[in-house]
Amino acid sequence: MDEIFGIPAPLLFGQLLLGLINGAFYALLSLGLAVIFGMLNVINFAHGAQFMMGAFAAWMLLEWGGIGYWPALILAPLIVGAIGVVLEKAFISRLYKVDHLYGLLLTFGLALTIEGLFRNQFGSSGMPYRIPEALQGSTDLGFMFLPNYRGWVVIASLAVCIATWLVIEKTRLGSYLRAATENAPLVQAFGINVPRMLTLTYGAGVALAAFAGVLAAPIYSVNPNMGANFIITVFAVVVIGGMGSIMGSVLTGFGLGIVEGLTKVFYPEASATVIFVIMIVVLLTRPAGLFGRA
Amino acid sequence: MTINRRTLLTGAAVAPALSALPVGRARAQGTTIKIGVLNDQSGLYRDLSGPSSAGAVRQALEDFGVAGKGFNVEVLSADHQNKPDVGATIARQWIDRDGVDVIVDVPTSSVALAVNEIVREKNKVHINSTAATADLSGKSCTPNTVHWTYDTWMLANSTGGAMVKAGGDSWFFITADYAFGHALERDTAEFVKKAGGQVLGQVRTPFPGTTDFSSFLVQAQASRAKVIGLANAGGDTINSIKQAAEFGITRRGVKLAGLLVFLTDVHALGLQTAQGLVLTETFYWDLNDQTRAWTQKVRPKLDRGLYPAMSHAGCYAGVLHYLKAAADMGVDKAKASGADAVARMKAMPTDDPCFGKGEIRADGRKIHPAYLFEVKKPEESKGPFDYYKLLGTTPIGEAFRPVAEGGCPLVRT
Repeated sequence: MDEIFGIPAPLLFGQLLLGLINGAFYALLSLGLAVIFGMLNVINFAHGAQFMMGAFAAWMLLEWGGIGYWPALILAPLIVGAIGVVLEKAFISRLYKVDHLYGLLLTFGLALTIEGLFRNQFGSSGMPYRIPEALQGSTDLGFMFLPNYRGWVVIASLAVCIATWLVIEKTRLGSYLRAATENAPLVQAFGINVPRMLTLTYGAGVALAAFAGVLAAPIYSVNPNMGANFIITVFAVVVIGGMGSIMGSVLTGFGLGIVEGLTKVFYPEASATVIFVIMIVVLLTRPAGLFGRA
Repeated sequence: MTINRRTLLTGAAVAPALSALPVGRARAQGTTIKIGVLNDQSGLYRDLSGPSSAGAVRQALEDFGVAGKGFNVEVLSADHQNKPDVGATIARQWIDRDGVDVIVDVPTSSVALAVNEIVREKNKVHINSTAATADLSGKSCTPNTVHWTYDTWMLANSTGGAMVKAGGDSWFFITADYAFGHALERDTAEFVKKAGGQVLGQVRTPFPGTTDFSSFLVQAQASRAKVIGLANAGGDTINSIKQAAEFGITRRGVKLAGLLVFLTDVHALGLQTAQGLVLTETFYWDLNDQTRAWTQKVRPKLDRGLYPAMSHAGCYAGVLHYLKAAADMGVDKAKASGADAVARMKAMPTDDPCFGKGEIRADGRKIHPAYLFEVKKPEESKGPFDYYKLLGTTPIGEAFRPVAEGGCPLVRT
């Protein structure tokens, strides 16, 4: 059997692919964070909680409403996004004019509150959620058996990432958004309702997190802490990619997923730390992040 | 170490945890015994310990009938967040400031070993129900500690032994990278090797904070081992089993050995995913009339009305036995010296509805039978939490490590 660095090649390819799949989650989550930070200048610490809410929304739709995975993939982000809109209107919109730190503290508090409420209601060990019928089973790739569902996760998240990027960079709506970030009063003077646009942007960012949550529900246990486990890593991804850079966060998400996957083969004990080591190195050499503008 | 939001807030979180909530109080005249339930109330071990353990302790006060015995019992509880430093700080403050006499539950072996030393130093009582490391009654045993419910040696002997007997003679371990995982892997590997099997490899997963086990599962599969031993617990085990099913590992003939699985984990997995899993518990609610009656009684006191796992039963039985011993020797004496109270607990035979009749050995190990279960298929389950069928019982004398082999300094003569 061929070996690369003492590891059988098929095993290595398998790990690369698994890393890519985890990277898909990092990319989706950091994309939502980047959209919110880029447009609203808010560091949305509640992102992990909103990811968890997406997974729980899918579970509730199934358990209480008999609504399956595919409708949930649309409905859950809409529901959680709507909750995001309410949060933005009620709390976050008051903080645009003050320092970032206030937004961070507020969303951090929101995250703790939301997770605490879910924990009281559902405990910590989680809820079962099955892989949809159509995606059960696995495909033999020669070097490993890839569960069909994981393949779907990569495709779905790539599609959503690209679509989001296109909307922001290539459409009229996106140009309004980018203009409003640069100079809100001027854009408002042209008759565009900037506050509403920001509200909807926050809602969309939250919906992205919820979408990732639905994708994650069949793989990870649906539990109140599932977002907390991800969010710090995802923040590191955003920092490495460059705060607010949409493409940067997507590419970094996939890239770091792969790096983490490789660490799990060569030195598994460090697999939870490797991303932070990279973050430190990047901050020391390129403080604005790999894709950020200083 | 993984940084999560709880890490960031540790400083802030310890403070409210210390002003622990009194969760139960039996009023009468005279001296007050303070019992602190120290466990995970927010993380991956919450459901198998958490608020339900405090509920089980309240049941013990009720069944003991504190009222009318001439002393008070107060129950506190706090969240150690699975961090040894947080657990140690709470234990010290409880004992020094709040006058706590007994610390109960303490899941997470790394935290339990830290608390163990503090309790010995302060001469109080440590009734450990939910930490697994067999070192608590081995090289780290103290005259102040009783290890009640289960330990890594017992789990390795029962689940590991059964798997090897069934033909699983080559193993790969997925191990939580801290004291508990290491002890469980060590003890199981010993059994496997003694039975003529071999260990083909292991991978250490960061704790806490690992959610994706697929990479480790694929490594395990690549080793061509017949059995993948999961030396982890709670949320880690749930994720491992769920993802093993997803990757079709069990369908291709590899067996999963859940070396420490609780009823609450099976509940979270659902029978569809968990069916066929072989595991060991020392208590199951549906074992006999006594356990069924006790379960119905205690359920309203448990978190979300869930059914109790062996860990909760251990908190109940341990506190019940302590109260009997304290009443027997005099509450003031029991408070004055934790070592004396534990010595009295060891001298008295134990008897409770959860574990039946048993005893506490000189090394602090509480002994009782161990039950090997298989998780039912969905169609076999007749009602809520009807999850296990009994495969076998290890009798009381053989379930736990022999006293002489543990290396506990207390039993050396």
